[in-house]
Amino acid sequence: MKYSTLLLVIACFLALLLVPFGVGNYSVRLATTVFLYAALALSWNLIGGFAGYPSFATSAFFGLGAYVAGIAQHHGVPMAGAWMIGTMACGIFSIGFGAAILRLKGHYFAVASLIVAEVLREIINTSTSLTGGGMGLNIPVFTSNPDLFGRIFYSAMLALMFASLLMTIWVSQSKTGFALRCIQQNEDAANVLGVNTTGYKILAFALSGCIAGTAGAIYGSWVSYIDPSDAFDILISVKPIIMTLLGGPGTILGPIVGAVVFLMFEELVWRNFMTIHKGLLGLIVVGLILFLPTGVLQIRRSNSRAWSQMRAWIAK
Amino acid sequence: MLVPQILANGLLLGGLYACIAVGFSLVWGVTNIINMLHGSFIVVGAYAAFFAYQTLGINPFVTLPVIAALMFGIGYLLQRTVIRRVIGATVLITLTLTFGLNLILENALLVAFKADYRKLNLAHPLGVIDVRDYVDWLDVVVPVDRLVCTLVAVILVVAVYLFLRFTNIGRAVVAVRMDGRAAALMGVEVNHIYAITFGIGAAIAGATGTLLSVIFPISPLMSSSFLGKSFVICVLGGLGSVPGVLVGGLTLGLVESFGAAIVGSEHSLTISFALLLLLMVVRPTGLMGTRAFQ
Amino acid sequence: MSALLQLHDVSKSFAGVRAVNKVSLTLQPGEIVGLIGPNGAGKTTLVNLITGVFPASEGSIVFDGRVISKMAPHQIAWAGIARTFQVVQPFPDLSVLDNVAAGAMFCREDQTIDTARAIAMECLEFTGLAAIANNPGSTLSLANRKKLELAKSLATSPRLLLLDEVNAGLNPTEIENALKVIRAIADRGITIILIEHLMKVVTRSCSRVVVLHNGELISDGATETVMRDERVVEAYLGPKYAAKFKLEATQ
Repeated sequence: MKYSTLLLVIACFLALLLVPFGVGNYSVRLATTVFLYAALALSWNLIGGFAGYPSFATSAFFGLGAYVAGIAQHHGVPMAGAWMIGTMACGIFSIGFGAAILRLKGHYFAVASLIVAEVLREIINTSTSLTGGGMGLNIPVFTSNPDLFGRIFYSAMLALMFASLLMTIWVSQSKTGFALRCIQQNEDAANVLGVNTTGYKILAFALSGCIAGTAGAIYGSWVSYIDPSDAFDILISVKPIIMTLLGGPGTILGPIVGAVVFLMFEELVWRNFMTIHKGLLGLIVVGLILFLPTGVLQIRRSNSRAWSQMRAWIAK
Repeated sequence: MLVPQILANGLLLGGLYACIAVGFSLVWGVTNIINMLHGSFIVVGAYAAFFAYQTLGINPFVTLPVIAALMFGIGYLLQRTVIRRVIGATVLITLTLTFGLNLILENALLVAFKADYRKLNLAHPLGVIDVRDYVDWLDVVVPVDRLVCTLVAVILVVAVYLFLRFTNIGRAVVAVRMDGRAAALMGVEVNHIYAITFGIGAAIAGATGTLLSVIFPISPLMSSSFLGKSFVICVLGGLGSVPGVLVGGLTLGLVESFGAAIVGSEHSLTISFALLLLLMVVRPTGLMGTRAFQ
Repeated sequence: MSALLQLHDVSKSFAGVRAVNKVSLTLQPGEIVGLIGPNGAGKTTLVNLITGVFPASEGSIVFDGRVISKMAPHQIAWAGIARTFQVVQPFPDLSVLDNVAAGAMFCREDQTIDTARAIAMECLEFTGLAAIANNPGSTLSLANRKKLELAKSLATSPRLLLLDEVNAGLNPTEIENALKVIRAIADRGITIILIEHLMKVVTRSCSRVVVLHNGELISDGATETVMRDERVVEAYLGPKYAAKFKLEATQ
């Protein structure tokens, strides 16, 4: 990674870090949600965009991270430590689970990744003594100062998003990214050219799972109460996919752009149409699939040099 | 509960399950689309039967063919207008599209019918058959409504099989499933066949919903569990194969029945899913070993 | 000289059908061997077995003293075996250069993306594709795709190269070029197995021919001997060609 890129990223991070001091709590919460989903979209992009494996397991790792960290905090582990434990649990689980299902192709992989969230949800649901089951889990709040609370989680999610972004940039420019692209375009050819496809796929899946798990862990502490249908909601798997498809799969900034656009839409819809909120979400999804399968970044066919330069940088 | 009763429950359930899944399996096997709307189609059929009985007093077994025909039309139109635009696209695109459509349908159902459960109670309950009246040592009690529904369900599944084997359109469907391009070269209008297949899937789903409304309380919240069971049965039995669906359905019915007896019925879905995951990892072509479509 | 590749009674069954039946074969370094036989004889299956696409049902495969029968395809590539595909398989959205760089990057040690691209450029020059190095893989003509397959496999610095019908679909000029390239590859010390249906290619390039029929090896020896072998004539060549071959050989 070039120094200039790294410096630019860090500068953006620091700039955004200062924002909460000038805006109200509602905007801070909204921004935190955007960073959360941007991180999830970036995580999905690694396995779904770069490697081309359509994973629906994002919610499985999100929920697992949330619960492991939540249970840890419930038992007195300090917040940051709990987040690390949650992330590690997801790392281990994603490697094991990935080894099992990444051999499957296409539909079967998609279905298996979809189902694992359901299985985890049910297991958590029925382990009432440990997790509170369907009644949910309360997670201790470390401060009652709402401003401080909001800013801490804003910063945490922001940091997660930037960490995911840096990881994406690194993957994209390294041999790993090259290998993943080969796998996505022609896995058989990649194999005979010496690419250890299983190893790279598991790596991408594990990175993806860890990011989603950390996001879940932070989320749990942020909302202070989680329950199984909330933490393992299938929409947590589907929305990042839509966002990445919207912004451009296999690109670096695509997932972030997609997350911002999608959540802006959703915010407008949600605020005004609560009962038919899901239906309108469905309409957005259908519209996007039918009309924009290759990403927002593609529709700007403007001839301006700056735009095409940025596109070239993004598409690396 | 004794084993014969558990067995009987499992078989009765299995026949119904086969019917729940056959439309889903057919659509997936022929058009290569995972239809996330399937569960909601079943719920639509169930509510249609419920209201037909509540407001018009028409017996669900009579409304069944009407509902099936209506659902066929809806499914056919939906495929022809929206879904055909993603035929041949990656699983990501098709699954997300039908997911989005399902969000719309589910929301509509929730708004229309609210989430509470309703039960279709037949004015003249059908009662039970106590098998001990016929065979001394067999301590099994069979509710007649379940028996009749399962029989109708199995008849529907067999009807689909016969349709595929012995009618011209059915054979065209099979041809398209085996090799869409070759079928097109032989003059089969593939888009029409895809739409017909989707229509059949919707029709059977609606019919199954009607049958289920007789036995179980219904609510829009059930659509995802129907979808989940369909997944399991497809992988168990292999895609696009009707005998496979019967095997898969019966297997799932028995697994759930025994599972419920051993660990309690609230775990039944988990058990099915865990079984599914295990199967996918170990033997992705299904119990019957039929080569499934990628 | 110890053998480079040895197959001992290798068999492969698919759902009860024996695609390859007890094939035994020994290859010395530096040979160019033709592998011929009718369609469905098991030639590509044999290549798939050697390159680890699927495991053999029976028998063992030894390469350079190591048993490779149970290895994964990428490990076999690392060991030094490369292959081309009958139906050419480029990476469609990568440039021609990157298509070839993949082989260099993942089969040779200590390569960065840049050093791999440098090696790739050499391979492209060797196969005559240097001019279109930056075009996407999906835009290539058939002849160029075949050359790309060759360049990709060369980039992996193989000791054994399995060419699966690399001349299918090419016109006579293109075939002449391909033959020159194959000769040049052999001159670099790479052992070659050539699956072919074009007999003139086989007779001109190969000193030794192996014939597969219904999964079994029915003949293995010097080209002239095998071409006259009655079993081979009956199974594959046909009497007209055999007569023509005899005529050409005596002139």
